[in-house]
Amino acid sequence: MSTFEIDFGETRRVIGIDLGTTNSLAAYMDLTAPRVVEGPAGDRLVPSIVSFPPEGEPVVGSAARERLVSHPAETVYSAKRFMGKGSDDVAAELPLLPFRLAPGSEALVRFDVSGRTITPPEVGALILRRLKENAEAELGAEVREAVITVPAYFNDAQRQATRDAGRIAGLDVLRLVNEPTAAALAYGLDKRKQGVVAVYDLGGGTFDISILKLHDGIFEVLATNGDTHLGGDDIDNLLMRVAMEDIQSEWGEDIAGNHEAMQLLRRGVIQAKERLSFLPETSIELNWQGRGYQREITRGLFNRLIGPVIDRTLAPCRQCMADAGVTPDRIDEVVLVGGSTRIPLVRDTVEAVFRAKPHTELNPDEVVALGAAVQAGILAGQVTDTLLLDVTPLSLGIETMGGVVSKLIHRNSTIPASATETFTTSVDGQSNVLIHVVQGEREMVRDCRSLARFDLKGIAGMPAGMARIEVRFLIDANGILNVTARDARTGLEQSVEVKPSYGLTDEQVEAMVSESIERAEEDFRERQVREARVEADRVQAAVEKARQSDAYFDLPEDERASVDRAVNELLVVYHGDDHLLIRAKIEQLDHTTRGLAENLMNSAVQVALKGTKIE
Amino acid sequence: MATYFEALGIAPRLSVDPEALRAAFYQRSRELHPDRFARADREQQARALELSSLLNDGFRTLRDPVSRAEYLLKLNGFDIGEQRSKDVPPELLEEVFELNMAMEELKAGDEHARGPLEEARRKFSALVAGTDETIDGLFASWDASQSRDDLARIRAALNRRRYLSNLLRDAEKALAPES
Repeated sequence: MSTFEIDFGETRRVIGIDLGTTNSLAAYMDLTAPRVVEGPAGDRLVPSIVSFPPEGEPVVGSAARERLVSHPAETVYSAKRFMGKGSDDVAAELPLLPFRLAPGSEALVRFDVSGRTITPPEVGALILRRLKENAEAELGAEVREAVITVPAYFNDAQRQATRDAGRIAGLDVLRLVNEPTAAALAYGLDKRKQGVVAVYDLGGGTFDISILKLHDGIFEVLATNGDTHLGGDDIDNLLMRVAMEDIQSEWGEDIAGNHEAMQLLRRGVIQAKERLSFLPETSIELNWQGRGYQREITRGLFNRLIGPVIDRTLAPCRQCMADAGVTPDRIDEVVLVGGSTRIPLVRDTVEAVFRAKPHTELNPDEVVALGAAVQAGILAGQVTDTLLLDVTPLSLGIETMGGVVSKLIHRNSTIPASATETFTTSVDGQSNVLIHVVQGEREMVRDCRSLARFDLKGIAGMPAGMARIEVRFLIDANGILNVTARDARTGLEQSVEVKPSYGLTDEQVEAMVSESIERAEEDFRERQVREARVEADRVQAAVEKARQSDAYFDLPEDERASVDRAVNELLVVYHGDDHLLIRAKIEQLDHTTRGLAENLMNSAVQVALKGTKIE
Repeated sequence: MATYFEALGIAPRLSVDPEALRAAFYQRSRELHPDRFARADREQQARALELSSLLNDGFRTLRDPVSRAEYLLKLNGFDIGEQRSKDVPPELLEEVFELNMAMEELKAGDEHARGPLEEARRKFSALVAGTDETIDGLFASWDASQSRDDLARIRAALNRRRYLSNLLRDAEKALAPES
């Protein structure tokens, strides 16, 4: 134990981060238990909202949430829903959002806010940077490595986008962990040794279901399923629609076009939704420009409204059980994750499907981050008896003749997983072979998600069908695809050029990383200047006060003049951006006021002595 | 590259105790998983990735009797290319014909075909189960003999099984088109 403690101080800290649709938070392993990082104001959840004022730095978290109402067009929320997406993927929900997309969003959503273009990974990076800073403040040490959680059902592009966000934030992302699996880790650390556990994770924007087998510290995911576009946001949108119709008929006005009113109403709707988790009835309220709207809503009506949304989680649950090869009676425990699982109807639904009373001991908002911290502890070597064996959520295949998919790695394969295929040429002297890789369960390429095109280049000229290029598709422990190729005749590595179908290229990420490092340096310099000015203010105030005293007038004239000069010189550099110069002038002032300080001290002593005499 | 049997550290046999296989898989995972090498150098990380993917691919292949046998056939140089589905085993010609008829009729909306189709499904399930028993016997036989003749017999039995289970799946789909 003692060696453990000694090592502990030297260990580079790895933090676990839950980068959520609605809120984000970080946690770390504190000796034997995971602990949530608290922000400067004791807040554990950082709202996943970033606002971009036309001038100045982006605003992150709670402050950005305030700006969601005051400056809706400048404020991005639920950016996670846009990770790894193109404009076509999100066309349906755009009308409900206050922000616009910039041109060129086909393969990568770009938000158009306050005249600048920003991608979802960059928004994610700003949130991650805040969490990193909070963790550093709490731990009193720099944090460079992190485990970040993603919905289990995230595809390759969504995972890459999340990893890109980490890189842009200056974090080495050691592992992406699936959220339900992380939750199981948080629950299962010192609990049950054996058994089958189902994790039902309904968050702000995504739904996951995972079934795991626990065996002496091994957490083996048997199967996972889900919907990356299903969550509390959908419930909010339903209630919004009802309220908007009411308002239209009461006020004779459609508020859809007014972002401020819409955000106020969204806030009202969310509050009503949350109250309905513990009250049988409440009301949706909106006060806007002197007008009031109020509508009573019972839990019964709420349940009828949201029933269809909750029912959409049933098919993935059943498919997941089928894929895991278990029936409800084989499931020993059910764990609930995500804020939306506070809704009583959700709990009832889960209980009915799995015929088991769900666990709710841990805070559903925090359990994923806690599990991420456990995984961080595993990677850092702090936790040694626990191991996670996760799966890939989607089948991986390549396009063959006629747009048909040939599956190489099936869904729910334990990762890392690999498959090898041999390719050849179809024309004499052909030097390239293009491989189109897709993800999904359907038979046809057009019904699957395009992942990337891999170009095998520089194939030696030979007659058609003679080349033998062995291509290895490997899904790593993050659920991300790596492709390598070699010439089977020569055994030499074959060059492969990747053209991702969605998301940022490596070069773009690199550019963002260096820009963010520059910005971090800039931030650092700014902070130093700010601190130097604070110090200058303090010294100046003290000198100013002294200049009013007899001690100042007792000084020889040339010394008074040099004090005045030093004050002026400090004032000259005060508004510059060179903190070293400010510090130098502070020091000079300090030096020239030494005589003054002595005088002050003496007069203070005299006053004190006089005081004694009087008393 | 090591074989899947070697990756899991078990003897290359066709009869495998599922619990023992899983235990071997867990044990190897504890040693090889990339999580154990998060702080190692790049070379060790790449090696962990290679070895653990081989381990996972191996466990996935060997835990299922059919894919296990197919893998062993391939290791021994047998071609296991898909048998064309039109090649009906001659002794089943009549049953297959009846099954197809019933499926067509049910698809066309003739609910009277449901009874005969359910009957056919039961028959084919029994045939699959019978083939599984044959395969189990052949597994034990090969484990003892290691003879190519046994492997050839296994290949024939696997082809028959694949054909039957495809038919069974079609019949089940026809009976429950909703799911």
